[in-house]
Amino acid sequence: MLEIRNLQVKLQDEDKQILKGVDLTVEPGKVHAIMGPNGSGKSTLSYVLSGRDGYEVTGGSAHLDGADLLEMEPEDRAAAGLFLAFQYPVEIPGVGNMTFLRTALNAQRKARGEPEVSAGDFLKLVREKAKTLKIDAEMLKRPVNVGFSGGEKKRNEILQMAILEPTMCILDETDSGLDVDAMRLVADGVNALRSEGRGFLVITHYQRLLDHIRPDVVHIMADGRIIKTGGPDLALEVEKNGYADILAEAL
Amino acid sequence: MAAPKRSDDLRAEATAARLAAVTVPTGGFTGAARAAARARLEAMGLPGRRDEYWRYTDPTALNAAEAPEAAVFTAEESPIFGAVDRITLVFSDGVFDAAASDDPSLAGVEIARLAEAGRADIHWAKDLYGVLEARGQEPVARPHAALNTAAAADGILIRVTGKAAKPVHLVYRHASVQSDAILHHCLRIEPGAELTLLESGPAAARFNKVLEVDVAAGGRFHHIRAQGRDHERRAITHIFARVGEGALFKSFTMTANGRMTRNECVIEIAGNDAVAHVAGAALGDGASGAFHHDDTVFVTHAAERCESRQVFKKVLKNGATGVFQGKILVKPGAQKTDGYQISQSLLLDEDSQFLAKPELEIYADDVKCSHGSTTGAIDETALFYLRSRGVPREDATSLLILSFLADAIAEIEDDRLAEEIVSRLEAWLARRKV
Ligand SMILES: Nc1ncnc2c1ncn2[C@@H]1O[C@H](COP(=O)(O)OP(=O)(O)OP(=O)(O)O)[C@@H](O)[C@H]1O
Ligand SMILES: [Mg+2]
Repeated sequence: MLEIRNLQVKLQDEDKQILKGVDLTVEPGKVHAIMGPNGSGKSTLSYVLSGRDGYEVTGGSAHLDGADLLEMEPEDRAAAGLFLAFQYPVEIPGVGNMTFLRTALNAQRKARGEPEVSAGDFLKLVREKAKTLKIDAEMLKRPVNVGFSGGEKKRNEILQMAILEPTMCILDETDSGLDVDAMRLVADGVNALRSEGRGFLVITHYQRLLDHIRPDVVHIMADGRIIKTGGPDLALEVEKNGYADILAEAL
Repeated sequence: MAAPKRSDDLRAEATAARLAAVTVPTGGFTGAARAAARARLEAMGLPGRRDEYWRYTDPTALNAAEAPEAAVFTAEESPIFGAVDRITLVFSDGVFDAAASDDPSLAGVEIARLAEAGRADIHWAKDLYGVLEARGQEPVARPHAALNTAAAADGILIRVTGKAAKPVHLVYRHASVQSDAILHHCLRIEPGAELTLLESGPAAARFNKVLEVDVAAGGRFHHIRAQGRDHERRAITHIFARVGEGALFKSFTMTANGRMTRNECVIEIAGNDAVAHVAGAALGDGASGAFHHDDTVFVTHAAERCESRQVFKKVLKNGATGVFQGKILVKPGAQKTDGYQISQSLLLDEDSQFLAKPELEIYADDVKCSHGSTTGAIDETALFYLRSRGVPREDATSLLILSFLADAIAEIEDDRLAEEIVSRLEAWLARRKV
């Protein structure tokens, strides 16, 4: 469903190449994990896929279910089913979490030609999803992510994902900053969404999350490229030995 | 400060020309106040660009003997506050329109027209008309307010003795391109009484309005104003308020469009334990004509344990200009004062500008006062976050703008009225596709 071919990306304002030819295909129903050293380009890949400004695609392509992602506005990518759980979720003072969620859900439905969700149905939906993620009602009343702890912010990302029900979910270090229990909740949230038609790209530094979310494929990214792809064992190898051997092997 | 003689002469000439172009009504209970105001104006003269208080706003169009023309704007939207049960009093180009107005009978509220009641020699408003205005001339001169007291042909006199069951709504219609309206309202909230005053509309090509409000002990006054959508109109308005012991004064103004608006608000907190809040949300788009909006606020704390808040927000685009001059003066003995002031602008492009002059002057030692002023652009990171969740750029921008205005809108206590204001703001943003 997600097909990335030889994707090359530089910073718009600087002469700095960050992605140097990324190839990656995520099939429906599969969970792919990306690991890799700091600064290797993992977040950049997720931002470019979701349409953030500041990057220039210098080559290659990215398609979601056949549609050219790179030609689309960020909101259209979301309506097409793409979702990014941010490494650093954004605070929006003055916009209530509920307003935010409802505006987003209805905007996506509208873009897909579906009817809006009524206030009552929406409330029910949010309550149900929030409960499973142990997000309390008080948090939902507050402005988006304002005053949330690091872990609460990450859980809020998963709540958004659960409500928006995207088909291609990218999770950028959703596990960092989470305590053991919260990690479980997030993993459960992800696992609950796993389905035949849905793909996942999980960016992480730790095997811990992958213990809960069993990935089908693990990629190692270094210096703007996928340098190695393997099964779940690859993550265990990284956990044990670090990247040195893999990096050396790639050279 | 002695200005060069030549500029003094010019000022006197301009003042004389302006006065020659208006009729100063004589006789009745306002006669003495009008004569005194005229003398005040002649002594201080109309403002000039060199005056410190007019550094950011050019008074030329306000000073001119003849009102500059302003096209009449028509929109097919429903009138604001239309769904609220209220008493409507309509002025067209500054002239009261009895046929378009409601019967002004409301339990606990006496309503009279200045043009009619003004002929009487004895009236409760004698203690108010021009009185708060005159007090408000110190320490800063407000010449257009003195002009107003001298020359206002009409206005509404409202005395509230109980809790008004519904708001009084003053509707100002702009009907002719050359109209020059001067209205003067007096409002007295008797002890323990309560009223909500609504105002809306552009009023005239040029509008000079004074509202004197005396809130007696334990009284409550709410004011929600929507200044009209006419692009070319010009307005100078003054609120002079005196707030008594344990009383509440709350005023909120929404301004969208207008070539030039200067809203001055002068509040004297005179009784202990009183609360005075004044807030504004202004939206200006220079592409639909010039937009210049000036909020000039002066809050004097003259009693103990009082709270004041000034919350002013401006959204500016396409070369629009916003001005904020706000002062908190804490007099000797006004202990336990809690004074707060914030003025913020959101610039939607690099052509627009915001000029702010926040001031604190404190002569008591046990007070808590703070002020802040910021200028910023739309938060691109927040915008991307919203878009990444599927919210289209325009909607996301609107949401962020409304969230920027939220603190000012929060000063409206009545939820229905707040919703009404929000829906107008949303419509404005939607029309402009920001
Ligand atoms: N907007 C930017 N301005 C400057 N440098 C940037 C920008 N975005 C990314 N970079 C640089 O690009 C490289 C890749 O960054 P990226 O955030 O994609 O790495 P990452 O793999 O997600 O790292 P981490 O594991 O630490 O999250 C880094 O060297 C980073 O400093
Ligand atoms: Mg990263």
